[in-house]
Amino acid sequence: MTVTDVTRESVSSALEQGQGHLVVSHLNPPPSYDLDDHPVPTGREEIWRFTPLKRLRGILDGEASDAHLTWETTLPAGVTLREVGADEAVALGELAPNDRPSALAAANAGGAMLLDVPADAVVAEPVVLHLHGESVDDLVWGRLIIRVGTHADVTVVLNHTGSARYSAITTVVVGDGARANVLTLQDWDDDAVHLGRDAIRVGRDASVKHTSISFGGDVVRMHANVEYAGPGGEAELLGLYFADEGQHLEHRLFADHNAPKTKSHVLYKGALQGQGAHTVWIGNVLIRKVAEGIETYEENRNLVLTDGCQADSVPNLEIETGEIEGAGHASATARFDDEQLFYLRSRGVSEKEAQRLVVHGFFNDLIRKVGIPSIEDRLLETVETELAKNVLKELA
Amino acid sequence: MSTLEIKDLQVSVDTEDGPKQILKGVTLTIKDGETHAIMGPNGSGKSTLAYSIAGHPKYTVTGGTVTLDGEDVLAMSVDERARAGLFLAMQYPVEVPGVSVSNFLRTAKTALDGEAPKLRTWVKDVNAALKNLDLDPTFGTRSVNEGFSGGEKKRHEIAQLELLNPKVAILDETDSGLDIDALKVVSEGVNRFRAQEGKGVLLITHYTRILRYIQPDHVHVFVAGRVAESGGPALAEELEANGYERFLTATV
Ligand SMILES: Nc1ncnc2c1ncn2[C@@H]1O[C@H](COP(=O)(O)OP(=O)(O)OP(=O)(O)O)[C@@H](O)[C@H]1O
Ligand SMILES: [Mg+2]
Repeated sequence: MTVTDVTRESVSSALEQGQGHLVVSHLNPPPSYDLDDHPVPTGREEIWRFTPLKRLRGILDGEASDAHLTWETTLPAGVTLREVGADEAVALGELAPNDRPSALAAANAGGAMLLDVPADAVVAEPVVLHLHGESVDDLVWGRLIIRVGTHADVTVVLNHTGSARYSAITTVVVGDGARANVLTLQDWDDDAVHLGRDAIRVGRDASVKHTSISFGGDVVRMHANVEYAGPGGEAELLGLYFADEGQHLEHRLFADHNAPKTKSHVLYKGALQGQGAHTVWIGNVLIRKVAEGIETYEENRNLVLTDGCQADSVPNLEIETGEIEGAGHASATARFDDEQLFYLRSRGVSEKEAQRLVVHGFFNDLIRKVGIPSIEDRLLETVETELAKNVLKELA
Repeated sequence: MSTLEIKDLQVSVDTEDGPKQILKGVTLTIKDGETHAIMGPNGSGKSTLAYSIAGHPKYTVTGGTVTLDGEDVLAMSVDERARAGLFLAMQYPVEVPGVSVSNFLRTAKTALDGEAPKLRTWVKDVNAALKNLDLDPTFGTRSVNEGFSGGEKKRHEIAQLELLNPKVAILDETDSGLDIDALKVVSEGVNRFRAQEGKGVLLITHYTRILRYIQPDHVHVFVAGRVAESGGPALAEELEANGYERFLTATV
C-alpha cells in the first residue's frame, strides 16, 4: 500500500490563558463581530495558510453588496422562514463570527434569515433550501439562523448551486433534547467561491448531525464549529468532498468541548483527481477543564486518484483535563491500494471497474451515515459522475 | 479441455538490494482434469509461483513461459488471465472496505461472462454457494473479507471458486488455519469443482492433511524455487513420514 501520511499533529495542553475563566485556543481566534478583530489576512496566519487568497476574488475586501442567491423551498407545516434584524439574530443566540469572511457576512448581510422549527415539532420530511446563484460576478453576503426548539426533530438541507462569490455565516441553535440533522451541499459551478461558517450550539442532551459535502466550485472553504449549551450533547460531524483539477476544497472543524459529558465524532472523507486538486482538512478539538467525561474521535481519510494532487490533513487535539472518557484521531492519505486492485482484478474485474468499486467502497460507510435517503442516492450518483471524469475515462 | 503449462519459469522480486530471484526455473504441466499438489517448506516460493501465474505486479518474470490451452498467459493483464479461465484462491485474501460481497461477486461474474447474470437465479446461486461453504447468507451484505475470521476468508475463496467456475484453480494454502470441520467443507467445495469435466487444480499446501480429502494425481516437492521431485500420491505419504529433510539436504 502506498501511503503518504501528511499528518501533522499536536496534542498540547499549553494554552494561552485569556482573562478570567475564558481560555483561548491558539488554533481558533476568539469570536467577535468587530471587523478590527479580523484584519485582512496576509496568508501567513495559522487559519489562512492553506487558502489561496488571490482566488477569493476580493471577498475579503468586504464591499457592500445587495446581491442575493435565489431561495426556493417548500416548508412543512409549522416550520417558518422569515427575515429578522441583526439585533434579533444576536438575541436568538447567533454564534459570533470567528474569521473575517463570516464577520463581513454578519456586517453586510443586512439582517438574517431565520428558519424556525418550534419546540416538540417532529418534521418527517427534510426541509430543503435551494440556494442558487446566477453569476460569479455577484458578491453575496448570507446570514442564516436555524432554530430548533426543545425536543424538536428536524432535517435541514442547504443545497448550493449555480455560481456566486458567496460568504455566509450560519448558526444552528439546537434546543435541549432536540435532534437536528443539517446538511450543506456545495454543488456549485466551476467558478464559484464559497466561504461558509456553520456553527452549532448543541442543547443539553440534544443530538446533532452536520454533514458538509463539497463537489463544485473553484474555492470552497467551510467551517463546521460545534459547542455545547450543557452536558449530554452529542455531535456527529461528517464530510465528503471530491476535488477535481485546480479545485481548492477546504473544511475546518472545531469541536469545543465546553461542557461535561459531551460527545463529538468527526468523519471526513475525500477523493482528489487531476492536476492542482487541493483539499484541506483541519480538525480542531478543544477539551476544556470543565469538560469531564467527554468523548471525542475525529478521522479524515483521503484517496488520491491521480498524480498532481495535494491533500493536507491536520488534526489537533488540545486537552485541558485528564478526566476524559476517550479522545482520539486518525488521518491518512493514500493512493489506490495495489493489493485491493489485484484481488478484484484476479476475479476478472477490469482495472477501471476495480478502481470504481474501491472508490465507492471508500465513501460507502460515510454515505450510509448521512441519514437522508434522497441525498444518499444522489451522493452515490455524484461519486459516479466524478469518477467518470477521470478514473473511468477511456484513454483515447 | 484445459491445460496449464509452466515452462522454466523464473521470477524475481524487487528488494532494497536490487532484484532477488525466487523462482529458479519451474516446469510443470497440469493436463485436462488433473489435480496437482505442490508441497514445500516455508519460503520455498510456492506463493510466488501462484501469484506469478495470476499476474501480481510485485513479481517480475525474468524467463520461461506460462500457457493456458496454448495461450500466452504472461502477455495477459491480471483480469484477462481470470477471464481466460484462471482462478487464484489466495493464502491471504484481501479486505476491500465498503464493497459488499454480493456486489463484488456480481461484478466479477458480469466481467467473466460479458453480461450480467440473471437476477433471480443469481441470488439463488450466491446463497447456495455461501451455504455450501457454511457461510451465513448475511455474508452477502458484508464488506469483502473485512472482519472475516481466517477460516471464513478461506471458505469465501472457495465459494467464489464455485460461483465463478474457472478452468484452472490455483489454491494457495487454502487449508492452513482451518479446523477439521472447515477443512472438510472446503475440500468438498474443491471436489465439487473438480468433479466437473476437464477442470485443473494446483493445490499448494504445507501439510498432507488436506490430501486425505482431495486426492491429487501428482505431487511435487517444491524447494528453493524449483520442483525438487515429482511423483504420485505415494510421495505425499513419504513426506508425511519423513518430512522435507531429504530434499533440503539435496539442494544445499
Ligand atoms: N519483497 C521481498 N524482498 C525479499 N524477499 C522476498 C520478498 N518477497 C518475497 N520474498 C522471499 O521470497 C521467498 C518465497 O516467498 P513465498 O511467499 O513465495 O514462499 P512460500 O513458499 O509461499 O512460503 P509459505 O509457506 O510461508 O507461504 C521467501 O524467502 C520470501 O522471503
Ligand atoms: Mg505462501
